[in-house]
Amino acid sequence: MELYATELMGVRTYDAQGNYVGRVREFFIEPAEAPNRISHFLLSRGRFQPLVAKHNQIASISEKKIQLNVGEKALEIYQPNESWLAVQKDLLDQQIIDTRGRKVVRVNDLDLAEQRTNGNVELRLTQVDVGLPGAVRRLLQGVVPPGVVRKLQRPLPPSTIRWEFVNLIEPDPLRRVKLRITHEKLEDLHPADLADIMEDLSATERQSIIASLDEETAAAVLAELDARLTKQIVEDLDPEKAADILEEMAPDAAADLLADLSKETSEELLDEMPGQEANEVRELLEFDPATAGGMMNPEFVFVGENSTREEVVEWLRRQDRNLDQLDTIVLLDNNVQYSGAVPVTRLLLAAPGEPMGALKMEPLVSLPPDADEKEVFQLFDKYNLRMLTIVNKDNRPIGAIAVDDVVSRLVKK
Amino acid sequence: MDWGILKSSVEALQNRGTGLQRRLRSLRRRLVLLMAVVGPGLITSNVDNDAGGISTYTQAGAQYGYMLLWALIPMTIALYVTEEMCARMGVVTGKGLSDLIREEFGFRPTFFVMITGFFVDLANVVAEFAGVAAAMQIFHVSKYVAVPIAAMLVWILVIRGTYRQVEVIFLFACILYLSYVFSAILAKPDWLIAAKYTVIPNIHFDLGYLVMLTGLVGTTIAPWQFFYLQAGFVEKKVGPRQYSQAKADVLFGSVSCMVIVFFIIVCTAATLYAHNQRDITDAGQAAQALIPLAGKWAGTLFAFGLLNASLFAASILPLSTAHVICEGLGFEAGLDHKFKEAPIFYWLYTILIVVGAGVVLLPSAPLWKILIFSQVGNGIWLPVVVIFILLLVNRRDLMGEYVNTLGYNIVAWVTAIAMIVLTLFVSYAAFFQQGPSPGG
Repeated sequence: MELYATELMGVRTYDAQGNYVGRVREFFIEPAEAPNRISHFLLSRGRFQPLVAKHNQIASISEKKIQLNVGEKALEIYQPNESWLAVQKDLLDQQIIDTRGRKVVRVNDLDLAEQRTNGNVELRLTQVDVGLPGAVRRLLQGVVPPGVVRKLQRPLPPSTIRWEFVNLIEPDPLRRVKLRITHEKLEDLHPADLADIMEDLSATERQSIIASLDEETAAAVLAELDARLTKQIVEDLDPEKAADILEEMAPDAAADLLADLSKETSEELLDEMPGQEANEVRELLEFDPATAGGMMNPEFVFVGENSTREEVVEWLRRQDRNLDQLDTIVLLDNNVQYSGAVPVTRLLLAAPGEPMGALKMEPLVSLPPDADEKEVFQLFDKYNLRMLTIVNKDNRPIGAIAVDDVVSRLVKK
Repeated sequence: MDWGILKSSVEALQNRGTGLQRRLRSLRRRLVLLMAVVGPGLITSNVDNDAGGISTYTQAGAQYGYMLLWALIPMTIALYVTEEMCARMGVVTGKGLSDLIREEFGFRPTFFVMITGFFVDLANVVAEFAGVAAAMQIFHVSKYVAVPIAAMLVWILVIRGTYRQVEVIFLFACILYLSYVFSAILAKPDWLIAAKYTVIPNIHFDLGYLVMLTGLVGTTIAPWQFFYLQAGFVEKKVGPRQYSQAKADVLFGSVSCMVIVFFIIVCTAATLYAHNQRDITDAGQAAQALIPLAGKWAGTLFAFGLLNASLFAASILPLSTAHVICEGLGFEAGLDHKFKEAPIFYWLYTILIVVGAGVVLLPSAPLWKILIFSQVGNGIWLPVVVIFILLLVNRRDLMGEYVNTLGYNIVAWVTAIAMIVLTLFVSYAAFFQQGPSPGG
């Protein structure tokens, strides 16, 4: 039968001889042993010291009484233990991350299932209740008889999350290790969803999650977050970790972020970054954010205009970079000057031996880095661009603006 | 072959900002930083001067002249101290007040705080729409036209706008309170005497005076404002680093709120009290009475101030209430969500406005009783909320180094207990006295 944590709170417990031992006041899970098993029951008995019953000392459980299979003498005196997860204190009423529903929710109650193992009964935590039935139980349990509560909650729409999909939020890193809390499941979410989750958390919670994510995910999440939040997070991070995360970001995103920080913090972080990446970002920081230079990404794919389709595809194949976002390739002539741009669809459809120069789009558009962002928007609009090349005085490409940079700039306006 | 991932070179980059440009940019950034924080404190304190508040101040000035002005300074301190605690909690924990109550005290206490809050706030919303009706009467607009339009306006503003847009409109509404300053100047008061009465306490021990005093305190420090204030800072993602800006916002809000109260009392004292028209019961009447005494403009500005205050509070109160309830019960809340993402939040908001405005439109609405209920409700709810705040703000595991210091605790507890005693007193008086109650 399904049991609820609220129902079992305060239930009377009897030992093997039938003597009253105390009332259940708390359940503990020991994640190091089993992730979902109730390992210890805290039994209080008025002014005496509270006792703890272990999972293998329970003979039967119902919402009316708990029967032990040992005598009272066999129970230990309760000692607080940091590596135990307390159901009432750490779970009920707290916020958790629902990794499947991709949002932050608050726990109203917990659903428990009985499981018989050689001679004793174990309780397994199956799902957390975040909906109205749990709320009704929390409100009425102990005020009206349990049977009536069960009847009242029945017609309400259930809203539960399976325990496997629950990610706990624990800001204290030591306790997190003891409770075996990891945020690995979060790394599988889309960075944009993870960013939405971050928005719902408090600053310390956010900080602890960012710090525990791998740098690549952290960088992707920061790129999705509101500029003000990103700033707060980076300022509070350990500079070394912050630099590692910045290194994983696209240089233009990293530069935008650093531009919001104080001069000292931004210098400190740049010093922590490897020379080459730091230089790229430093150069970008020199541009006014409202110009083409401030929007461009200094990393882009370019090839010589004389190379063939086959050569280019072969070369792209060998890159160990993530090229998911690639949709335009910049062409250079023999003087290393900008000579055109080729959309990857044209590349896809071209014959193997076709030279790149024959595939380029007309007309040839580019902008200098000091062009105003409005000019950028107009060009994208006029020619339906997906990427715009930025060239210096000598007509050498120094960066590129992708359409998603334009979209996010326009959305912010 | 000449391809590869290109790295741009330093030499190629131009457009280095000049020193002046850079300095301008840093100035702009600092201003943006401050503006990013300012708002919740200023808005919350000014909403305290809502329809009920303005009526109380009007009565205070009409019945006792300048005699109650001294109370404004201690009230400013009390307002600041209590609001600052909430601002600090929001900034440090990043969580709303009802979130914290839920996490630290459990489901049941939270539920009762919220249910009480719902009904008290509903009564307050009725009072705001009654204020709209009273103000529009001065402009000869029937309440059957004015109130539905006001309700629509408020509903659209919040449902359609983003948090930032709404906040800008609210900040603008704060500026409109200045109409009371002009109204007071037109009333030609004796500024020297007003200043003297502000600094030197003038305490009387007759019942009417004490009831009026408690009414002043009661309407100025309303329980729902703490929830709104804290949620405002949380929603703006103000962190501990910006705590000093947040504090400045709260301080500026508390002081500016009291400055407006000062001008309202001075205005009515110089006119209604001086001409023996002391049996004024609400702000609408006061505006009407001002016209023959201080000129058409003084009365019009006074009525305009009332309209602005009522509309302002009518937009914020339902919003704050819906927020509080959803936060505590774990439903999605906040203006940054769409209707579909947070249906309960928007439904609660809509119900509060529709019922609040609807009651005012009933031909035989027991407005008087509802106003008293809202006052008594505030009085009963306030001590509960303040005690929760004090318990939370002293928790080191929540607040870390930001817990209350001893001196602060003393000021805060004295404020809390004084507020509790005073509001219990005014609730008692409102219940058992037959005559006009303060704050009506």
